[in-house]
Amino acid sequence: MKNKSFLFISCDEAKHICDKAQYNEATPWEKLKLNLRYLWCQITRAYVKRNKKLSKAVESSKITCLKNSEKEQLKNLFREELENQHH
Amino acid sequence: MPKHQLDPNTWIDRYSDYLYNFTITRVNDREIAKDLVQDTFFASLKSMKNFKGEASERTWLVSILKRKIIDYYRKINSKKGKAEVRMDFKSDDDDEGNWLEERVADSQYKTAEETLINEELGEAIFDCLNKLPEKQATVFRMKTIEGLETETICNELNITASNLWVIVHRARIAMAECMEKNWFK
Repeated sequence: MKNKSFLFISCDEAKHICDKAQYNEATPWEKLKLNLRYLWCQITRAYVKRNKKLSKAVESSKITCLKNSEKEQLKNLFREELENQHH
Repeated sequence: MPKHQLDPNTWIDRYSDYLYNFTITRVNDREIAKDLVQDTFFASLKSMKNFKGEASERTWLVSILKRKIIDYYRKINSKKGKAEVRMDFKSDDDDEGNWLEERVADSQYKTAEETLINEELGEAIFDCLNKLPEKQATVFRMKTIEGLETETICNELNITASNLWVIVHRARIAMAECMEKNWFK
């Protein structure tokens, strides 16, 4: 039983490893366990496929965004401007 | 009754990333892009009375941003700007001694079609991102778009790593579902 959990993982754990793998944060051992489950679990296969598709879309779009601090700064300046307009 | 209405209180949350992304692909400089986006929001606030409600809020903001970008290029292409065109010495034997304007490296140039597809894809991603709860959108943006380390995000948002992965997981499911409808279909 102990050996089983050592190598076999639950569907939720597989999804978690798959998420981490999208950011290169899954260890080789975790990837091995994910691949093993991938072989026989249809739900895992569907999740991996969809997750990879999303990563690929974001990567190929080459989108960028403001940093949190920049957004906050912009928000504060805009709020002041908005208040000035109301007065 | 106008089809669309303006709500400036939500502009920064809903459109700042989209407008910033739109700008950076055209001016290629973070600081300038930030300034142009800020100018756009301020100018839009002053022009609210001119909004007829026929276009969506975002389309209207983009039209103002486009004018800001054109103004920016007009400004840098003024006399002073033209005098600062970079020159390069062409080293081919045939043309030795000819000073030529530096030819822009085209390795990063995209075709018009590629640019359009990328823009539409970016638009779809930002549309989906806007539908997520705020926390999920923030974490997804920081982790997936900004590419920040888990530890950095946890410190900034004051959450644990396992908390972060739960949020990432929920955000990714929602994003994938939304993209399935809006883009992959």
